[in-house]
Amino acid sequence: MTPTEIHEKLKARFGEAVGPLSEPKIDPFAVVKGEAVVEVARFLRDEPGLELDFCEDLTAVDWPKRGVIEVVYHLFSYRHRHGVVLKVEADRAAPKVPSVEGVWKAANWMEREVYDLFGVEFPGHPDLRRVLLPDDWEGHPLRKDYVEAGGWHGIGNVRESPLVELRRLDEVAMAAAAKNRPPPPPPPAPAAPAPAAPAAPKA
Amino acid sequence: MEKLILRRVGSGGDEMLLNFGPQHPSTHGVINFLVETDGEVMKKAVPDVGYLHRSIEKIGEGTGYPGFMPYTDRIDYVAAMFANEGYALAVEKLLKLEAPPRAQYLRAASGELCRIASHLVSVGTMATDIGATTPLVHALRERERINDLIEELCGARLTYNYHRIGGVAFDAPTGWREKVLAYLDHFDGGDTPARSFITEFDRLITYNEIYMKRLGSVAVIPREKAIGYGLVGPNLRGSGVDWDVRRDVPYGAYRDFKYDVPVGKGMAGTVGDAFDRYYVRILEMRESARIVRQALEKLPEGEYMAKVPRRIKPEAGEALARVESARGEMAYYVVSDGTDKAYRVRARTGSFLAMGIIEDLSPGMMIADLVALVASLDVVAPEIDR
Repeated sequence: MTPTEIHEKLKARFGEAVGPLSEPKIDPFAVVKGEAVVEVARFLRDEPGLELDFCEDLTAVDWPKRGVIEVVYHLFSYRHRHGVVLKVEADRAAPKVPSVEGVWKAANWMEREVYDLFGVEFPGHPDLRRVLLPDDWEGHPLRKDYVEAGGWHGIGNVRESPLVELRRLDEVAMAAAAKNRPPPPPPPAPAAPAPAAPAAPKA
Repeated sequence: MEKLILRRVGSGGDEMLLNFGPQHPSTHGVINFLVETDGEVMKKAVPDVGYLHRSIEKIGEGTGYPGFMPYTDRIDYVAAMFANEGYALAVEKLLKLEAPPRAQYLRAASGELCRIASHLVSVGTMATDIGATTPLVHALRERERINDLIEELCGARLTYNYHRIGGVAFDAPTGWREKVLAYLDHFDGGDTPARSFITEFDRLITYNEIYMKRLGSVAVIPREKAIGYGLVGPNLRGSGVDWDVRRDVPYGAYRDFKYDVPVGKGMAGTVGDAFDRYYVRILEMRESARIVRQALEKLPEGEYMAKVPRRIKPEAGEALARVESARGEMAYYVVSDGTDKAYRVRARTGSFLAMGIIEDLSPGMMIADLVALVASLDVVAPEIDR
């Protein structure tokens, strides 16, 4: 089935909750209303003829200008060898998208990753905690307006050029060497005039 | 601050909490498992990852499109060719261009050599983790020779940076083809398979009775679970799913080759056990050697780089490209906003998803079998953390 046919089925079943298919630039996608996503996911997985059993990718894209974070689902069917791309737009201020962990177990870790790096909450997720970053990390790095905190628990993430430190060490070493160097010997006394050359032996 | 992972373990009984890793030799990189154990039997093992997180996806938003290529090497440094190739394919899809045939064949040949090298590390370290020290040395010796060949091709032994958007960086040097074919004859024997390295390796360890008993019916992943948890590549095929991106969603030169896709058959016990995942890799190495032979024999003449504009600026849009990496399907999702920098680069890797299944499989397993499970999933820490 092509993405268009899958989209038609979705549209027939869910109506308004499923947006139009994007103009087929490269990979077309459809925007789904957040509150319907679990129902849509279950339908896509279980409906005979669709059976999208593989949640190939679940990630997000941040769009600060539009004020949304898109959560992107790439779904695929091993049996029918077709796939579809869905998106859910979440409000950027407090992004919340229902978890599809109950439909595809693979979503468990990928939703944790999106939570970690984008700060999208997934109500219904059994174990929503950061996966890559430490628990007490501040901010969500893949958001476009993320500002680096400048370190974590005293571990810096910037350092000056190693050349600066090497140069400083050089100066210290040179100063120490200058201090330890014995005072220069007094200038030698003017050399005594060379003795006159012995007279040439008489022939 | 309380570590949140501790909430996943510890029911208040007498179980012992054990940190397995992050610096344990059999975790294949810096991964930690928090193991709740009653004697030798685990109640649960919770993976704790992120020690190697370098925010490569964020870096991809800052470099230009071509500038990101060397970073992709660092996503999976055991099989960097595929990380290169996936990114190149995704951007090519955005640009609507295709690499010339010679480049596609060189990609296939170098990629399959790289797959052999990666699988050699996988099967070698797996034997070591189980307790057989010798096979790793044999496997690494062969991998060094493949590294030599790849070094002649692209100048690097580990982080290849060989692919370019629209082709490959270098043509094959003079005499490379003959060297590779001679090596393959040594590797899989050509006409005399009995005298090949891979047969020797099979005799050394694959059909070793202790090894088969040690791995057979251990850490069984049934078919449904493998699909549900999103296992890919050899791990998925080990569970009996006949699926290979190269054959089923062909890309590049792969439609032109003949090869088989090995699938786990429960040779040492149950379908989907650790031995099946191991044996699928052994069989895949033979198939990879076949593909390299065909690619080099049919290697077309011509350009190895397409005509690519100097400044790469795809029009706004998004594309997903998938390749069959040594660790299974690797998907790159690239979003362009019409500038010369990617708006979003996403690398979906096989190891990351494979880690998700461990907590589910661990209850009731022996600690020593956790080692077999992790080794058979062939996870590579930088690919999990990116």
